[in-house]
Amino acid sequence: MSRKISMKQAINEALDLEMRRDPTVIVMGEDIVGGTGAQGEDDAWGGVLGVTKGLYAKHGDRLMDTPLSESAYIGAAIGAAACGLRPVAELMFLDFMGVCFDQIFNQAAKFRYMFGGKAETPVVIRGMVGAGFRAAAQHSQMLTPLFTHIPGLKVVCPSNAYDAKGLLIQSIRDNDPVIFCEHKNLYGLECEVPAESYAIPFGEANVLRDGDDVTIVSYGLTVHRAMEAAAALAKDGTEAEVIDLRTLSPIDWDTIVESVERTGRLVVVDEAHPRCNLATDIAAFVGQNAFGALKAGIQMVTAPHTPVPFSPSLEDLYVPSADSIASAVRRTLSPKGASPRIAA
Amino acid sequence: MAQNPFPLGKDELLKAYRTMRTIREFEERLHVDFAKGDIPGFVHLYAGEEACATGIMMHLNDNDRIASTHRGHGHCIAKGVDVHAMMAEIYGRSTGACRGKGGSMHIADLSKGMMGANGILGAGAPLICGAALAAKVRGDRGVGITFVGDGASNQGTFLESLNLAAVWNLPVVFVVENNGYAESTAMEWAVSCDSYVDRATGFGMPGVTVDGTDFFAVYEAAGEIIRRARDGGGPALLECNMVRFYGHFEGDAQTYRAKGELEAIRASRDCLTILSERLVEAGVIGRDELQAVDREVNALIEDAVRAAKAAPLPVAEDLLRDVYVSY
Repeated sequence: MSRKISMKQAINEALDLEMRRDPTVIVMGEDIVGGTGAQGEDDAWGGVLGVTKGLYAKHGDRLMDTPLSESAYIGAAIGAAACGLRPVAELMFLDFMGVCFDQIFNQAAKFRYMFGGKAETPVVIRGMVGAGFRAAAQHSQMLTPLFTHIPGLKVVCPSNAYDAKGLLIQSIRDNDPVIFCEHKNLYGLECEVPAESYAIPFGEANVLRDGDDVTIVSYGLTVHRAMEAAAALAKDGTEAEVIDLRTLSPIDWDTIVESVERTGRLVVVDEAHPRCNLATDIAAFVGQNAFGALKAGIQMVTAPHTPVPFSPSLEDLYVPSADSIASAVRRTLSPKGASPRIAA
Repeated sequence: MAQNPFPLGKDELLKAYRTMRTIREFEERLHVDFAKGDIPGFVHLYAGEEACATGIMMHLNDNDRIASTHRGHGHCIAKGVDVHAMMAEIYGRSTGACRGKGGSMHIADLSKGMMGANGILGAGAPLICGAALAAKVRGDRGVGITFVGDGASNQGTFLESLNLAAVWNLPVVFVVENNGYAESTAMEWAVSCDSYVDRATGFGMPGVTVDGTDFFAVYEAAGEIIRRARDGGGPALLECNMVRFYGHFEGDAQTYRAKGELEAIRASRDCLTILSERLVEAGVIGRDELQAVDREVNALIEDAVRAAKAAPLPVAEDLLRDVYVSY
């Protein structure tokens, strides 16, 4: 049975289904039950934006509120994973990674290699990413490149409710540590989602739109901007192929390269800052592996090299827009694929 | 034979002595071989601190987990990690406990409940909270022990974990191995409170301070708080006051120490001498029996070094192996 639900509901449903299926799945985080030890109702919040609402009633103490101690409880989730549980730890805003990153990149990510292949750390660390929520510089970042840089971590960033459910189920079943990035501005977006359980394999991009003129690669919120741009370009007779990466580590190089070899043009869209991000990574890979197929210089559309600003007038300029993506596509179509230098 | 005044039978006493002697010999040998240039990388020796690891680990089984530190060889040996596999690891060989991928600072053996030495100070505390949580969820009566030095006792991870363990009522024992120095910085200067018992009290758990050079003092204090944790009584902190016979790392000139300090602690605070004298004086174990253990241990370490040196190094394919379970 399929029905329309939001990405927030899809994430809740994935957690519920996996907790039913596997008794070793536990969920922890700040306020994910909400109200523990307080006078009001149990399950008061279900997370600051209500993503885990209702799960406590179904699964009781397998959902655990934590003190505001990200290093301690993220580390505890990792330690529990190394001892046979499958914890899902919510970091609320992945911007908070700064206070607990050691446990993730020096501990969880390295156990398997550092211990000679003898450890498994099946932990999922999920939380909100992305700008557009008027949440300012410390609650709005797209820090995905920090995570993809680290060997041992897997990085997931869905663009819709269907993918979020299937990818979160896969993340929980996966035997490696996974950083699961949820764009807060997509929480309310609905699409058709089957009620039953399903897993979407990692490393398989989704081609959302076929086209022979240009390839647009993105992930998360900006996938939707890319689709808007593609619709606008189609009116001018330009058919863009739009690829939603879904997982950033592992990444589906084959689908990207196959597409570029057909279209000869590439625009990479990344909500992260412009240096050393997914866009530069993909541009470099294509430059190295499909140079002969390129008919124009690769274009990158990213957030600027600034913190995320607060004022709506500025934040709206910060996130890559459909217009900026369409402009980038047009640059690849100009006679020499001219790529004017953009001031950093 | 005199009546045994100790809380352990003769076999267990010999086991404790053997463990402490094995750690000592392992570390003394590394000290010599490191100076010769045989061993790559950083090595932090546990010599002088053997009573602490041994007195605690005598209460544990393979189902109990420990999270160790950069100074982890003693914890590993006391937790039952194979000495040959450890030596091979320190020599960077493919037969090592971590197939040569970890080295001295990352020796682990999860099958023995040893969750790793750790190059990040204080990082073991959150991890052991997770191990203890897993034991609690499973209801298997397992406990978790994490070690920090006096230096890492100032890490936020450690302090956060004290609170988390108390709030979640986890079966964790936080062991502060207070050897007086955070690398070179004096504990008296760097730790703001007078007593770790006060710090434990501040986090709502019992704290105990013992003479960490006295095996029996450690054994008895650890036994009580480990039993309490196992029975669901919650976390506790154990401070062991002890001495470090070598520098922070091998090659450390130790210019921060007082003149004559090392000679003095070797003469008066050697936990191995203290234990063996008590055993012999009580008439429970003969000096010849201890010497027989010494000979066995010497042969074991000699063989471990020989085997490590003869073992193959990891090969090029190993570089890319075991980053992920699947990718």
